[in-house]
Amino acid sequence: MSSARAVVVGASHAGVQLVTSLRQEGWSGDIVLVGDESVLPYQRPPLSKAYLSGKCSLTELAIRSEGFYLKQGIERVDASVEEVDRSARQVLLSTGDRLSYDALALCTGARPRRLRTPGAELEGVHYLRRSSDVERIREDAIPGRNAVIVGGGYVGLETAASLRALGLDVTVLEAADRVLERVTAPEVSAFFTRIHQEEGVDVRTNASVEALVGDHRIREVVLAGGESVRADLVIIGIGIEPNTELAEAAGLVVDDGILIDAQARTSDPTIVAAGDCTSQDIPRYGRRIRLESVPSAVEQAKVAAATICGKDKEVAALPWFWSDQYDLKLQIAGLNTGYDDIVVSGGPTRDRDFTCYYLRKGEPIAADCVNRPRDFMASKRMLTQGTAVDMAALTAEVAV
Amino acid sequence: MAVVTFMSHDGEQHEAPLEEGSSLMQVATNNAIPGIDADCGGEAACGTCHVIVDPAWADKVGRSGPEEEEMLSMNPERQPTSRLSCQVKVCESWDGLTVQLPEFQM
Repeated sequence: MSSARAVVVGASHAGVQLVTSLRQEGWSGDIVLVGDESVLPYQRPPLSKAYLSGKCSLTELAIRSEGFYLKQGIERVDASVEEVDRSARQVLLSTGDRLSYDALALCTGARPRRLRTPGAELEGVHYLRRSSDVERIREDAIPGRNAVIVGGGYVGLETAASLRALGLDVTVLEAADRVLERVTAPEVSAFFTRIHQEEGVDVRTNASVEALVGDHRIREVVLAGGESVRADLVIIGIGIEPNTELAEAAGLVVDDGILIDAQARTSDPTIVAAGDCTSQDIPRYGRRIRLESVPSAVEQAKVAAATICGKDKEVAALPWFWSDQYDLKLQIAGLNTGYDDIVVSGGPTRDRDFTCYYLRKGEPIAADCVNRPRDFMASKRMLTQGTAVDMAALTAEVAV
Repeated sequence: MAVVTFMSHDGEQHEAPLEEGSSLMQVATNNAIPGIDADCGGEAACGTCHVIVDPAWADKVGRSGPEEEEMLSMNPERQPTSRLSCQVKVCESWDGLTVQLPEFQM
């Protein structure tokens, strides 16, 4: 009799953690990790930072070494999955092979949202999600060239910082009236705008892209007002969309992401899912959320592996995020959605370190900490434990 | 082969080979050592690869730097020889090294 087989679709942070946790939780059967990038699974966050600026190789970004998969008996298959046949408990691979499973995990991740304007297909127009994307950007990123970044979110701003480090002239175009509009308070947006301006980036807000213009290659970006910006290369960072098609076609419930419960089960309890492709009701916030973050992917993957092994774990960790730009390390504890007040510790209008605490009805719910790891760790702890905090005391201590 | 032992909070021991030039975090993750989360992949951004170095080894392994110190200072399980394992580059001459894992990675 052949041993039980777990198939994990997607060699992402979630997928790699899931196969690791399966072994740690005692899964003794076969494990197959299916991924459609032929390289060793790697960390994505450094792509727009250290990898783009040439400070590290892809080998250094491997989440686990080659030896890990050998030692743990994890088979890596280089393919994409075309179809999940739930009744036969099989997945159909792009290679034409069918793979039977006893347990199935979907870690299909997300893809960049496409810019739907004329000229978006021109040469020199890039998205940034995979290592191969960054390798193409690097070929184009010649010092002195004009790079235009569409989207003033984290990826856009990190990319701006990396391209400045490579010696390019950089313009950031943000359609909203401030950068990071969706995720931070106006004070934090103003801080990042100031820093990028000080570093020589042309930050333009209320700047909607009307068209990308060029013959074969991008030459300029035309804005809604008719103004145009010269561009030798364009990087589009306007968000991501979850890869849910496979789950949808298999009849699983999808609501923005593949819907999972606290045990990481999809609407088919024999199939789990984890990572950027999922959405989940999060009791802490009282609503359904699709989190785009490595820590969340890792947490969900651990729970998913426990569920496959018949153990009872729940996703409970506090969401957190980080971003590196220039010499700045931004660490974010919690989600600030629904905040009605902020308390700022430090001088974001002049310094390069400060913390912005977000409150709702007087209770802290999140914190953006710039070059303040101590504040971040304290916030993470306070928000995780839900301990009451005297905000006045917290900021007074720092003001000394 | 030079070996490091990771001791879990409840006394479970896991051994892993020391690969020169790797970080102690990579040694742990490449060998599926439970209790090292390493969420941020080694950027000293998350504090989830906390280990407590056997005091007898502390001088050889070295003490925490200023950045690590900031991350560790708020940790209730922090000990004088605490390190973020992502910031420790291992040497093959450290055969027999033992590190303790905290009860929780925060």
